[in-house]
Order: sequence, then structure tokens, then C-alpha cells
Amino acid sequence: MSDLLSLSAVEARVALDKKDISAVELTTAYLAAADETAALNNYVARTADQALAMAAESDKRIADGKAGLLEGVPIGVKDLFCTKGVASTACSRILDGFVPRYESTVTANLWAAGGVMLGKLNCDEFAMGSANETSAFGAAINPWQGPDKLDLVPGGSSGGSASAVAARSALMATGTDTGGSIRQPAAFCGVVGLKPTYGRCSRWGIVAFASSLDQAGPFTRTVADNALMMTAMASHDPKDSTSSAVPLQDLAAAVTAGVKGMKIGVPKEYVMDGMDGEVTALWQQGQAWLQAAGAELVEVSLPHTKYALPAYYIIAPAEASSNLARYDGVRYGSRVEADSLDGMYEATRAAGFGDEVQRRIMIGTYVLSAGYYDAYYIKAQKVRRLIKNDFDSVFETVDALITPATPTAAFPVGRKIDDPVTNFLNDVFTVPANLAGLPGMSVPAGLTKDGLPLGLQIVGKAFDEASLYRVGGVIEAAANFTTTPARMAGGAS
Amino acid sequence: MSVDKTTVAKIARLARIAVPDERQGPLADELNAILDWIAELDEVKTDHVEPLASVTGHALPMRDDVVNDGGCVDDVLANAPESASGFFVVPKVVE
Repeated sequence: MSDLLSLSAVEARVALDKKDISAVELTTAYLAAADETAALNNYVARTADQALAMAAESDKRIADGKAGLLEGVPIGVKDLFCTKGVASTACSRILDGFVPRYESTVTANLWAAGGVMLGKLNCDEFAMGSANETSAFGAAINPWQGPDKLDLVPGGSSGGSASAVAARSALMATGTDTGGSIRQPAAFCGVVGLKPTYGRCSRWGIVAFASSLDQAGPFTRTVADNALMMTAMASHDPKDSTSSAVPLQDLAAAVTAGVKGMKIGVPKEYVMDGMDGEVTALWQQGQAWLQAAGAELVEVSLPHTKYALPAYYIIAPAEASSNLARYDGVRYGSRVEADSLDGMYEATRAAGFGDEVQRRIMIGTYVLSAGYYDAYYIKAQKVRRLIKNDFDSVFETVDALITPATPTAAFPVGRKIDDPVTNFLNDVFTVPANLAGLPGMSVPAGLTKDGLPLGLQIVGKAFDEASLYRVGGVIEAAANFTTTPARMAGGAS
Repeated sequence: MSVDKTTVAKIARLARIAVPDERQGPLADELNAILDWIAELDEVKTDHVEPLASVTGHALPMRDDVVNDGGCVDDVLANAPESASGFFVVPKVVE
């Protein structure tokens, strides 16, 4: 069984087409892996019967020579995606019992390509968090451990997705990234995560957090698998007015294209106070790898970098307060009865939303309220323009940027933080790409002295995911990241 | 700019979230910690900068003004906490 789990998706596709393995065997192995690693709490719902039925269909299509791009590949779905007939809760009590009557465009694309749905994955409530600790289902756990064997967070908000892919209880997983929610957990769990260009993947059927920033993307164990999954999930969708019609590049070819002749920028403002020395060292190592592979490294300046996080924490809560107004106990989800309509709204929302979500709705409501709109919301949108201008200007001379993915490695579950701002700093390197709508990828590149994974981030021009896969492919080959986490299905190898 | 208990109660009302009296003080402190940090943006000169609301780079697409969905009352009501005769049911709003 562990042999099946060690196959990459690309390798599994070859083995399936050669009939060395069957989709039912592969799916059975992954369902057993999810049982074995259930203590990691990365699944919030498992759809074993549906998975086996889908796998049997895949085996038929393979036999008929009609295999799709992801035929027979077992996939976990972040619980932020609506899946027809399967509870979809955004890991919030307020969506308790919600069973969509429709399928999100991204997941529909994956099933149309032959993917097999294993179940729904844990995440921060409404994707608001960077440690997967705000979930109504409890924290998901990182399969990696340091010498002290403490439970570590997988990062967030797509923590269940990163944890499951790293623990080999899903071969691939979907995530969403509003301020780093794919790239930060990918780095914490030692897997590959891509936040595509804004507009690449349809947002239709994904529970909205901050609509001008939200973007779905793939989690995988290798860069080539990531290109495969991204190719299947992206599409132009008239049901999402921000969805782009710009054709997707040949991502699979980019993975092995190399970086010879590419100009890679190193933003000097990404050197932060309090950053781990090991993070800085890995960043320099990454630059050396790219140089050795024929890229030209150039120092660049993104002068408004330090203002990205505060601007984000105005814009994202503002959009969230508007988006989450729909949870009112009338059309779906849970309801707390009261004598008046307003009383019912207030009681339902107080009981249904957790502390972090309530705090963000309150901040968002405040910055949008009369008298504060210009001082906070418009100001943040102006700063957003300046941040985008910074990127536009450096991308006149470079093809991509290399930065650390996170300022630290994964930290213990339950770490007490009195100041809510400290938690926000997890996303310091990832938020700017969301504000500018640019693609960003996190690639595992090394380990700390405690044996925990660290990632490097690559940021590219809008609609140029191919450059990220070129750089990511080179970093993956140079890093030769083969260590596996302690709490992995099939045991560490 | 900082918020006090009265402001918290007002924001909670606007957001339609019941915040009990004893939570208003602590919540004011939490919100102020975030607002103090956000105030860093005041350093940035933004005169003559246009606010950026969307990064799509394309104009909003138009479609023909025709009905292209509907006739799915059962689907729409399937997840309602309470419904009757094809309608959502809410507490009485007209005396």
C-alpha cells in the first residue's frame, strides 16, 4: 500500500494507463491512509462510497481509452468549495447542515478531468486564519514534528489541504488563497502550493471571503503534479465576472524548461526584523541555485512592501463584512430563534461565527461606516494601487521574484498570542501578491535544524504561471527535498 | 482614532452581531490594537493616487438581458432553516 502512496500524480497517471494499478486500488489506499492518519484531523468529511464509485468510473474510462488529465487521481477538497450533495461548511457553525445543490466550477473541472473526490478538508473558519486554529472542527495538525514531538500547526487557512497532501492521505488537494492561505501552509507542511493569477480559477461556488483577493489553487507533492492539477482546474467561467479569458500556458513543459537567461529579482524590502537566520540562509541558497542554473539575479526594490499587511487588514475585512452579511439564518445554515427579525439575525450570527470571524466583520464594518470610509477603506485602496505599481515597475526588468515563503517554520498548536496583529505577520511575504493579483508559488526547499520544512516563494507577472513552474522546477531539483514527515501514512521512509 | 465600548456596541448593531455587554470592553481593546497598527498607513503619501478596487485588467463582461436560470424553488429552499408554501419563513416583521 505504501508503494501506491509514494507515487506522484504524474507517476500514478502512467501506472493507471499501463494498468499496472487500478483507480479503485489507488483510491482504496488513500482512504485507508486517511483512516490511519485520522488523528491529524485534516478531513472534516469523508466521501468513501462516492470516491470508490468515481474510481470505478475512472477504471472504465481508462479501459475505454478515454482517460482525462486527472483520471483516477484521488483529490481532497478544502471545505470552502461547494460540492453537490456533500456538506460544505467553510468550517463554520453558521453553515452547519448546509448541503449545496450545485458544484463549484473548480471542483466540477477536476471531476470532469477524471479526478476522484476523497472528501472535504479542514480549514480556518471562512478561511480567516493562518494556523487552521479557528475551524469549528478544531485544529488540523501538521504531520511534521520537531524533536520535542509537539503538535504543530499546518498553517492556514488551507491547513487541512497541506496536512493531507504531506501526510499522503490525499494525492492532491484544492486550496484558496486570500493573503497567503495556500503558500504559507504549503511551506509549513513541505508541499508545493500555487496561488494563480487573480482570475485564473473561477470563484463560482467557492464560499467568498474577500472577493477582490480570493483565488483557488492546487496543493501537490511535486512541481510537475502541481502543473498537472492547475491545468485541469483553471478555466474561463462566465459565471464569475472576474474570470479571465487569457489562455493558460503549457505549464507541464515549463517544469523542465530551466531558468537559463531568466532575470530573477530579489526584493530588498523582504529582509525583515526578527526573521529566522535559517530563513535568510535558505533564501540565499535559493538564489545560488538559480544562478548556478543560468539565471541572472538582480536586487530590486518594492518600496511599499511594509504597508501591504495593514492595507490588507482593511480591505479583506471590509469585503468580508459585506460578503458574510448573507449568513442571516434565513436561506441556509443555522438559525437561532428570536422574537424579532433583527433579534434573530443578531442571535444567529453571534452563535454561528467564531471570535476571529466576528472580530474581522467588526473591523470591516467599522472601516466601511460613515465617517471612516475615506480615512481607512479608500486610503487602503490607494496604498493597494501603490503596491501594484511597485510590482509593475520591477516586472519591466525581471521575469520573476524569489522571496522566503514565511518568516518562520511551523509553530506549536495552541501557542498563546494576546496581540491579534502577531498572527497576521505569518502572511507578511504572501499578502503583497494578493493585493496586486499576481501568481505566487511556494516550493519546499530545506529543513530547519529542528527538521521542519521551509519554503521559498516565487512571484511572477500576471498570467505568467509558466515562469513560476520554470523557477519552481529548478528549485525542486536543486533542493532534492526527499525527507518525509514523521506522521505520514505508511510510516516515514 | 480609537473605539470605545459605545462604538463597539454601534458597530455590533450595524454588523447584526449580538455582543454581550461584558465582551464590549475586551473587544474594544482588540479592535484598537488592530486600528493602531493600521494607522501606519498614514505615513504613505497618497495625494493624487486613484484607489484600486479591482486587478482584473478587463472591463466587466456584458451578457444578453434574458432569463437564463430559474424554476428551481425546491433547490433554493432545500437548505432553509424554515420554509412554507414555496417561501422562506422569518419572524413577524409587520404588526
